[in-house]
Amino acid sequence: MDTTSFFKEHFDKLQLKDSDSGLDAIRKRAFRRFNEKGIPASRNEEWKYTRIGSLFNTEYSFPLTPENISEEDLNGVRLAGYEQANELIFVNGIFSDSLSTVRSRELIVQPLEQAAKNEYKDIVSAHLGHSSKYLNDGINALNTAFVHGGIFMYVKKGKVTEHPVYIYHISDARAANIFSQPRSLIYIGENAQVQLVETSSTIGMGESFINGVMEIAVEKDSVLEYYTIQNDAAHTNQVSTTHIRQVGKSYIHAVTISMNGGIVRNNLNVVMDADQAEAHLYGLYFLKGQSHVDNHTVVDNVKPNCYSNELYKGIINDSATAVFNGKIFVQPNAQKTNAYQSNKNILLSDTASVNTKPQLEIFADDVKCSHGCTVGRLNEEGLYYLRSRGISETMARALLIHAFAVDILERIKPLPIRKYVDQLISERLEFDIE
Amino acid sequence: MLRIENLHAGIAGKMILKGINLEIKAGEVHAIMGPNGSGKSTLASVLAGAPEYEVTEGSVEFLGKDLLELSPEKRAGEGLFLAFQYPVEIAGLSTTNFIKTSVNEVRKYRGKEPLDAVAFLKMMKEKMALVNIEKTLLSRSLNEGFSGGEKKRNEVFQMAMLEPRLAILDETDSGLDIDAIRIVSNGVNALRSKDNAVLVITHYQRLLDYIIPDFVHVLLNGQIVKSGSKELALELEERGYDFIKNEISAVQV
Repeated sequence: MDTTSFFKEHFDKLQLKDSDSGLDAIRKRAFRRFNEKGIPASRNEEWKYTRIGSLFNTEYSFPLTPENISEEDLNGVRLAGYEQANELIFVNGIFSDSLSTVRSRELIVQPLEQAAKNEYKDIVSAHLGHSSKYLNDGINALNTAFVHGGIFMYVKKGKVTEHPVYIYHISDARAANIFSQPRSLIYIGENAQVQLVETSSTIGMGESFINGVMEIAVEKDSVLEYYTIQNDAAHTNQVSTTHIRQVGKSYIHAVTISMNGGIVRNNLNVVMDADQAEAHLYGLYFLKGQSHVDNHTVVDNVKPNCYSNELYKGIINDSATAVFNGKIFVQPNAQKTNAYQSNKNILLSDTASVNTKPQLEIFADDVKCSHGCTVGRLNEEGLYYLRSRGISETMARALLIHAFAVDILERIKPLPIRKYVDQLISERLEFDIE
Repeated sequence: MLRIENLHAGIAGKMILKGINLEIKAGEVHAIMGPNGSGKSTLASVLAGAPEYEVTEGSVEFLGKDLLELSPEKRAGEGLFLAFQYPVEIAGLSTTNFIKTSVNEVRKYRGKEPLDAVAFLKMMKEKMALVNIEKTLLSRSLNEGFSGGEKKRNEVFQMAMLEPRLAILDETDSGLDIDAIRIVSNGVNALRSKDNAVLVITHYQRLLDYIIPDFVHVLLNGQIVKSGSKELALELEERGYDFIKNEISAVQV
């Protein structure tokens, strides 16, 4: 398709429909930036290994108005433990109020358009679009150009949100291929605590392409747990951006699990914009078939005395490919930074591949930083040891792979989600490892 | 039970075993002693089926089967057990889960039903007492961060759980203090019966004070150069391996 005219046409439609939303100026600016930058190509260093250009060759439907699915459809994609969760549901990129459930009184969930005009407008203007400072490319601009049908969630200060918040991005691709751009802004007030679980699912056989952006601001003394579970079909693609800004001394615990999908690009940014902020980033990708999963992380130490630890592990089978790009910035002012990063990969087949690139850019002189990466095969010694105890080669392989994944699995604190992911891994080990 | 004939084997093109002959009958305890580099551990690894070793000549028969044709897991199923000199650490795999899988896989091979949780726990308790191993150790990742003594006790514990017909101990005494040696020996001695056999590979005589062998063999440069009763071990302890080397060169001259 001709991307320029396709998006111009949709942008004009949105302007007519929704010009007084208060988000007009930000959209227009972003649309100009999108037109300047275009879809990132592989000559862009950040997109060298992940080519999304060809995804725009598909003809998509790009809905700008809310669409609904049936309760039955929803049940098909719900995550374990949903009975006890708040559920925020996006269908084709637009938030569906009627399908969503907010159980916790600690949460305020509103359309982003509304929050941009009411008592939350200062928060919205302070944080909406902050990710573009770090992701200065056309694909991020494209989402912002269409900010619409998104949500603003406020976690009230001084409150622990007992029920986790499940955020679903559902593409209804039964009638057409679907392009969608969900957008959310989450503000976690002082001394509050919340667990977010984000997932995407495609219904139907059409292709889907989600270009989603979530921006989160975390105030002081707050705790954020953020989980992403990616297990959509092979004909589904996404660029998923999560931009977390620690505006106060706070604690972040993020786990990204990728089990399936076509082309998946995850941008996870953590901006440590407060003295003594702490962040833990974990990831596990266990890939098969032709899946391509790219984890781009940025940890930006802006203020001194911050601590961050990052561990991503990958198991790559068949002809799947993985990319890990972990950037750590230590700004001149960020003395006494402790920042650690590690990426470990196991290749299970000769056609599997991984590109891993740690990047440290340090502008302060009194810091502790380390990074490391490994790419290897399954531990042959371990395999022999298990086999010498009567365990078949197939089972020994499965046990070793599971053991490799365990330390990420254990970082998933909500038990129903951990069990679900563990089950996905076990199923994969039984059926896909020869 | 085990008959090794003219066994030649090596690793990466380098020949290490140069014609081993050894027969072990049910009920017997054999010890193989020898200096570093004589091929002791290679023999143990070849018998257990370590993939990196290549057998170029000879045969090994175990309970009437061609052992060299069997995969490592089938050898275990048939009743062969090797206590590793360097047990492998596997982070993320709990020791208990590993042993349960191992016990049930071996039972399956032998045509037995898997143990249920209750029966397994009962068996664990019994065997834990035998080698004085703590429950907390078994809930940890397999061998990860275990001390040398804990690793060796864990090996003997696995042996006790798997109830092998032939147990091979590859320098299980190395790095152990005398108390640990006693514990490990108790575990091994509990396995001794008229149906089972033990092959102890060791550098030093002291383990043989606790696991009394019926036969002692001296391995030198990939061959068994001398066999005798348990007194041979004492003689080696006293006089070192040189006296045997001298004896051999005297014969060769």
